[in-house]
Amino acid sequence: MSSTADITAAPEKRRQGIRWGELAPFIALAVIVILGALINSNFLSANNLLNVVTRSAFIAIIAVGATFVIASGGLDLSVGSMMAFVTGIMIMSMNAMVPALGNWAILAGAGVALVVGSLCGLLNGVIVTVGKIEPFIVTLGTMGIFRAFITFLSDGGSIPIDRSLREAYRPVYFGDFLGIPYPVLMTIVVIAVGSFLLYRTKYGRRVTAAGSSDDVARFSGVHVGRVRTMAFVIQGFCVAVAAICYVPRLGAATPTTGQLWELQVITAVVIGGTLLRGGKGRILGSVAGALILEVIANVMVLSDMVSEYLVAAVQGAIIIIAMLAHRFTNAR
Amino acid sequence: MNAAVHALAETTALPVLRAEGLAKAYGPITVLKDVTLDIRPGEVHAIIGENGAGKSTLMRLLSGHARPTAGHLEMDGTRVDFADSVQAEAAGVVLVHQEILLAPDLTVAQNLFLGRELTRGLMVDDRAMNRRTAEVLARVGANAHPADIVSDMPLAQQQLIQIARALLDDRKVVILDEPTAMLANEEVEALIGVVDTLRSQGVAVLYISHRLEEVEQLADRVTVLRDGEMIGTWPASELDQRQMAELMVGRELSMLYPPKRGLSSAAPLLVVKDLSVDHGKVEASFEVRPGEVLGIGGMIGAGRTELIEGLMGLRPSHAGSIQVNGTTIARPSVEAMMHAGLVYLTEDRKGKGLLLRERLAPNLTLQALDSVSPGIMLDRAGETRALREAVEEYDIRVRALTLEAGQLSGGNQQKLLLAKVMMTDPSVVIIDEPTRGIDIGNKSEIYKFIDALVQAGKACVVISSELPELVGLADRVLVMRGGRFVAELTGEEITEQKVVYAAASSRDRTGGRAIA
Repeated sequence: MSSTADITAAPEKRRQGIRWGELAPFIALAVIVILGALINSNFLSANNLLNVVTRSAFIAIIAVGATFVIASGGLDLSVGSMMAFVTGIMIMSMNAMVPALGNWAILAGAGVALVVGSLCGLLNGVIVTVGKIEPFIVTLGTMGIFRAFITFLSDGGSIPIDRSLREAYRPVYFGDFLGIPYPVLMTIVVIAVGSFLLYRTKYGRRVTAAGSSDDVARFSGVHVGRVRTMAFVIQGFCVAVAAICYVPRLGAATPTTGQLWELQVITAVVIGGTLLRGGKGRILGSVAGALILEVIANVMVLSDMVSEYLVAAVQGAIIIIAMLAHRFTNAR
Repeated sequence: MNAAVHALAETTALPVLRAEGLAKAYGPITVLKDVTLDIRPGEVHAIIGENGAGKSTLMRLLSGHARPTAGHLEMDGTRVDFADSVQAEAAGVVLVHQEILLAPDLTVAQNLFLGRELTRGLMVDDRAMNRRTAEVLARVGANAHPADIVSDMPLAQQQLIQIARALLDDRKVVILDEPTAMLANEEVEALIGVVDTLRSQGVAVLYISHRLEEVEQLADRVTVLRDGEMIGTWPASELDQRQMAELMVGRELSMLYPPKRGLSSAAPLLVVKDLSVDHGKVEASFEVRPGEVLGIGGMIGAGRTELIEGLMGLRPSHAGSIQVNGTTIARPSVEAMMHAGLVYLTEDRKGKGLLLRERLAPNLTLQALDSVSPGIMLDRAGETRALREAVEEYDIRVRALTLEAGQLSGGNQQKLLLAKVMMTDPSVVIIDEPTRGIDIGNKSEIYKFIDALVQAGKACVVISSELPELVGLADRVLVMRGGRFVAELTGEEITEQKVVYAAASSRDRTGGRAIA
């Protein structure tokens, strides 16, 4: 009976469409880089490019974690506040450990940051999965809580890092290895580990299954709650890694640290090709998204045509354009 | 049925809608070719065919949801070309979709007038809308109030609301796409009454259904499609169900159901004692023995699916005791059951069974991931191997192994789902509605598979709302009503009448008496 063989015309076409979707963020990035080179010759200087890439490292690292959360069917609005909170706790514990440990306090403080970040993620995850509350609402709540904590801890001012640590800690942001800045190396490590987890392990498969359909995953014996909670923990860990790279840049945590980063992170993930409804995660795409945001900001600063105060407006427009482009390519 | 109307329809009436050489192709693939068909006022015209035969495409062409690549339509002798469904509806042709497409949180009246609300000045005229809604509801025999919220109503009522919406304006042609697919037998009767009413009012009804007994009972004429081609149109009185099935399949039907195996007396593979689901709404005890097919019958909403979902730990439940293969299950979960050797194939293939946007291999191995990839890493090569084997063994027809599950036909999806749960090598398989929405060829393959399974000393539980299937497959039938088993039938006792009687009778008097 030939009638049971599937006669749908779509598959070949659709498969090509998906490939376009995967390439789109990288093409967009290339186009923006070319535009930047045309607008200002300084843009392509090694110095400028390294600067841009280094600055995008924080958003990129957090966006890798966000890719897990979003692919599993969640959403984390608290990453910006969490970043500030983790930064504050890390600096305070480093400062407290200086008398006993000297420069080793940096390493110990980084350890504290990773633990605190993971715990923050765990908190989000447990409330979402055990409390069965929309992740949007839960992380909207914790966003406010983390932000209030850093404001409280800094007493509305700033929490600076101990002077004696500055010199030793400085290279983590400003230093390089064979010409590649440490934050960039760190990003590459995070990408590698994240890609391995998401694409090569059973856990990664279960993340996409849970995000693709809660019910199908449950009926197949997948522990959806555990999988989602773990994604939030990964997110918290990534936030801590970003915080570790970030502290030497400004040397302090303030109530405005990481403000609105959640928007940049989600924008990066979405323009990178990960669907907000879950079920698919594109780690390299998210990183490309983070680069796009930073490069655009840089090009706008270097050119005199548009005021740099409009950077956020352009970034906001990009997420909308990316979604329209996505709809357009999918509709065909 | 009205014999006079029949005679009129067959002899004198001119077609209200006529398709002339209608064809549809998507790119190089032709899904429907050269259909010439006329539909007369006051007739029920059934369209039958297997899945993929082109029924849906034909319906979409007739109702303006798609445009033909060749041929044309005529209404009352004049050539028409519907640009979209709105134009078709304006001309009096309306398609009632198979799925419920209603806004669940709105009232019946709000749904009926959605997008075409009656107004007085700037205000919505609720009173007028409710009045007209009540009229239409009476016309389709729906026992509902215009102000009822749709999500509070049973599925069958919602189906009637959909039909009512289609009839809000005067229609010449009403196309019903599998209107009874989701309904239990009682509800089907009510729907058949509605179709009869429409016919007597001179409306032409195009009726698409998998249930041949309905077609036999209801239709004046029958058109058969196969592989996108029109096989012919016959007066319904000239065909019986078997002949219809053979025309659809294009060959003589061998025995659809495998021979029964007789009762087993071996020690049971599954023993469930005092299982209570959804806080007592469903309560039951039962056993399944190796080498038997246990059928679970009952009306939709009797609690059959809930019982099994509770057994699998997918709903709040607690049990006196559950034993699978001699293993006592303390806290039921899909995973624990799987390890003990029991799997459940959901009735909701698309919503709970398969990840439609994922490729075939991840779907196949999702449940048995730990045995396909024992470490923490995925074994991609192993998955592809497993898929090749499954495609071979379960005869899943795919053009490429890289397709997504959603691109398969219903029958092939069902086989993929079967292959998926079988990957865990279970000894008891519970299948909920094993052949819902799939064609006869695939049906018979699934029946053969179930037979082979129990022949091999395993056990199978089949929940089915299709009585012939239940009667044809099961060695023993438990009938559920109001969340309790009310009858057990074995051997010669298993007849459609007995199952229906147990499932429907004395519902109000006793509230059901648990057996077993």
